[in-house]
Amino acid sequence: MDTLYIISTGAIVAITCGVLGCYLILKKMAMVGDAISHAVLPGIVIAFLLSGSRDSVTMLLGAGILGVLTTFLIEFFHTKGSLQSDASIGVTFTWLFALGVILISMYAGDVDLDQDCVLHGEIAYVPLDLWILPNGSIMGPRTLYISGFVLILVLLFVIIGYKELYITTFDPAFASAIGISTVLWHYLLMGAVSLTTVASFESVGAILVVSLLIAPPATAYLLTENFKKMLWLTAFTGMLVSILGYYLAVWIDGSIAGAMSSVAGLFFLLALIFSPSEGIIAKKLRQQKLQPNNS
Amino acid sequence: MEDFITFFSFQDPNIRYVVAGSILIAVSSAIVGCFTFLKKKALVGDAVAHSVLPGICLSFILTGTKNPIYIIIGAFVTGWISLILIDYITRFSKIKEDTAIGLILSVFFGIGVLLLTMIQHNGNASQTGLDSFLFGKAAALVGYDLLIFSIISIILLLAVILFFKEFTLISFDENFAKSIGFPVKRLELVLTTLTVLAVVTGIQAVGVVLMAAMLITPSAAAKFWTNKLNIMLILAAVFAAFSSISGAFISFTSPSMPTGPWIVMVISIIALTSFFFAPRHGILYNIIKQRSIKKRILHENILKLFYQLGERENDFNASRSIDNILEKRTIKLGALKPGLRHLTKQGFLSKNKNFWTLTTEGKTKGQRIVKLHRLWEVYLTKYLRIAPDHVHEDADNIEHFLTPELEKRLENLLNYPESDPHSSAIPYDQITS
Amino acid sequence: MIVNVENPVLEIHDLTVTYSRKPVLWGVDLTLPKGSLVGIIGPNGAGKSTLIKAAMDLIPKSSGWVEIFGEDLKKVRKKISYVPQRESVDWDFPASVRDVVVMGRYADIGLFKRPRKADYEAADYALKQVKLSEFSNRQISQLSGGQQQRVFLARALAQQADLYFMDEPFAGVDAATEKAIINILKQMSEQGKTVVVVHHDLQTVTKYFDWLVQLNTRLVASGPIEQVFTQELLQETYGGKLTLLSDVSTLMHTQQLPVRDKT
Ligand SMILES: Nc1ncnc2c1ncn2[C@@H]1O[C@H](COP(=O)(O)OP(=O)(O)OP(=O)(O)O)[C@@H](O)[C@H]1O
Ligand SMILES: [Mg+2]
Repeated sequence: MDTLYIISTGAIVAITCGVLGCYLILKKMAMVGDAISHAVLPGIVIAFLLSGSRDSVTMLLGAGILGVLTTFLIEFFHTKGSLQSDASIGVTFTWLFALGVILISMYAGDVDLDQDCVLHGEIAYVPLDLWILPNGSIMGPRTLYISGFVLILVLLFVIIGYKELYITTFDPAFASAIGISTVLWHYLLMGAVSLTTVASFESVGAILVVSLLIAPPATAYLLTENFKKMLWLTAFTGMLVSILGYYLAVWIDGSIAGAMSSVAGLFFLLALIFSPSEGIIAKKLRQQKLQPNNS
Repeated sequence: MEDFITFFSFQDPNIRYVVAGSILIAVSSAIVGCFTFLKKKALVGDAVAHSVLPGICLSFILTGTKNPIYIIIGAFVTGWISLILIDYITRFSKIKEDTAIGLILSVFFGIGVLLLTMIQHNGNASQTGLDSFLFGKAAALVGYDLLIFSIISIILLLAVILFFKEFTLISFDENFAKSIGFPVKRLELVLTTLTVLAVVTGIQAVGVVLMAAMLITPSAAAKFWTNKLNIMLILAAVFAAFSSISGAFISFTSPSMPTGPWIVMVISIIALTSFFFAPRHGILYNIIKQRSIKKRILHENILKLFYQLGERENDFNASRSIDNILEKRTIKLGALKPGLRHLTKQGFLSKNKNFWTLTTEGKTKGQRIVKLHRLWEVYLTKYLRIAPDHVHEDADNIEHFLTPELEKRLENLLNYPESDPHSSAIPYDQITS
Repeated sequence: MIVNVENPVLEIHDLTVTYSRKPVLWGVDLTLPKGSLVGIIGPNGAGKSTLIKAAMDLIPKSSGWVEIFGEDLKKVRKKISYVPQRESVDWDFPASVRDVVVMGRYADIGLFKRPRKADYEAADYALKQVKLSEFSNRQISQLSGGQQQRVFLARALAQQADLYFMDEPFAGVDAATEKAIINILKQMSEQGKTVVVVHHDLQTVTKYFDWLVQLNTRLVASGPIEQVFTQELLQETYGGKLTLLSDVSTLMHTQQLPVRDKT
């Protein structure tokens, strides 16, 4: 049962991250996703201190707001302070992340978070933290419910706003020209990314969430040229990553989250080499076919 | 206070070494970081920083020791591999650079975490402290380790001094460097190697996650104060040194505080302060400057009004009340009153009860603005073909900005026209004096 | 030479646009007649793309206003179409030709609703017009430059707008395709639609357009082609910037001076 809980939590997190990651990498904002995932840390700690517990909407909200604020700060330093955008990202997220770590050390007694957990989460503990109703019936792991809830939110978001997200990602100028607000959809997307990173934080930590945001979508991107298929493939890859990652971790007795991102990396590598349209081998073959004609 | 004295007297050789070592490390990262910053490769440094983790773990697994030499070699190797992979992926697939960076960064880090937890779970006694690479251990850097990393830092600094001219050129204008026959490829290789080395040493101080800050933040902060590269390097070094002393001091006074994040916090505060307050480039500085421009425009507009009223009534020496002024043009009272006060103080107006009169200086100044306004209107109609009824607003703005040099050129170009498109006479100095 | 018309489709009044306070369009006053095929010419960096973007409210204006069909832009957005420069999007994007063309229908479909059959039919018809039907399911990355340009054109056609802004639709297009496109544009203008095209080839200007706008930071000319396509005006458009004007705009950039100040 525990195995199932862990794998399904992992899969849910991977799917949620992957779906949003598809938009991030197409918008060329993968590193902004990275920045957000680091920068929500102080938000989590502060919400923790204020509400005194892990399971609160406060935490999702607090950290979600901080994520959007990060996006805003990066933009702000870039446009108002004319700081180049890569540096703007780097300065903003390291600063906020450092703040988070310092807060954790300051309130080490009050906050049930440690530095390791921040970095790679503890998905192995998911089954230990159960949601128990007042009448005593056990509903299953709390984290599973939280990530499930966020997954539903994210899916609703991309289904309802499919058309708008698609067009603002592909051609923002045209989107604004026909009256679709790029700024609004941009911040909605970033809000969703923040929410997802917060919800995934406990299970996979701040940095490995990035690999789930980027690696499965990048893999799918190499395998298909159809956006809907890309979303499905991403979700499927995410699921596989969770299953294989779990068994890899058990096998070598290491962190599950670490194993999940290693597997995600492996999938990308395989796609990079073997993809029928984009893969290295396919490209080599195509070149060889052309060669005789050329010479 | 006592702590402060104990710390900064540097009596304790331990403190002395730790501080000297972490300053060296921070300064060398900052200096190398300046070049990566200028080449807009700041986030690549971040990727390298994360990618050294598996190397560190691997070298520990293979050798079973934490000897810094092996650690450095392991870190160096995976750091380099990550760079090569990023380059390869962006070049040979449709994946864009930001995705490649984020991908390599997180996957390498994931592999590192996997290896690290594996080592930890195996319960090898000598592994304790391996996870200090995550957040750094500047305060605990002693003996042999400290020596090795200080030596590397010194080598880094020497290399930058040696290649200063070359790096400057390839950071600013790679194509030009190529065109004058610089071995750009090889120089970039050197610079990249230095970056990887800087990361490998820098993570000793702040750890892999925050290493990016040591490369990027000092240079980003320094960039706000100067446009000269050598000054930028010096400033970045000073900022880095200061923050690393502060970090060491904070964790000296309260040992539970993590040094690395505090170093990053201090350098970030320096950077944020620079973003807002630095002269010329700072955000707040610009806001203040816009305010003062607005004020100047207001003052000049008031003088212009006095002049125009004088023109209309053919009496420049008449005293005028606030109502007289507002009748010609609406200006917010909240702005008009302080404006009048300021102009009186500056000697452009003289005040008598609730009436103001133009002084000679005030008249000259008002007249110049009126002249520039009308000249610009002529220019717009003549050279930009803008209809006479559309030129007023633009002239209302530009009249405040034309320098004496542009004023002369405008007069010569238009050949001292007598009147503007609305046939108001243009007042020249010669005519009135 | 600036000719103004009664009841213009597009009226631009006193338009100034700045990038980091440097004016790139200065005091543009312009009216365009309904049903005309308008060419905008000017050297690189003259502000042609900027003029279109400002007219569509895609970038902020420092001064001035724009009216389209005598109304504020917000009210008539749906009746306007925009064809951006081809380089403005990432052609590796996972989308098929048809996906992109259907985007032209998004404005009409409305918020949150899905495209219907009629929308796909409109898209297919637009593809037929630009002779891309056979590529309908092709990925956009697998098209040539000229075909990509035609995809954008089809998207605009699918929008069934009344006013079209096209930024260099002929860039990288072969002669045959260019001819096909211009024929479509001519048909459209015969149907009473107004088409505004940024163009670079002076050889074909007189053949293609009936109204010409010449731009170089300031508006040099706007009027019927036979009146404004003169050696003298071309000389002025392409003969370089007005030194005084560009010095003033450099001054405004370096000193960060505001373009319009309302006190
Ligand atoms: N986003 C921007 N930021 C700063 N400056 C810009 C920006 N976009 C354009 N410019 C500048 O504004 C000026 C006008 O640009 P614009 O793109 O309108 O020219 P254009 O006439 O369309 O040129 P082309 O023929 O090359 O397409 C140029 O000098 C350009 O450098
Ligand atoms: Mg253009």
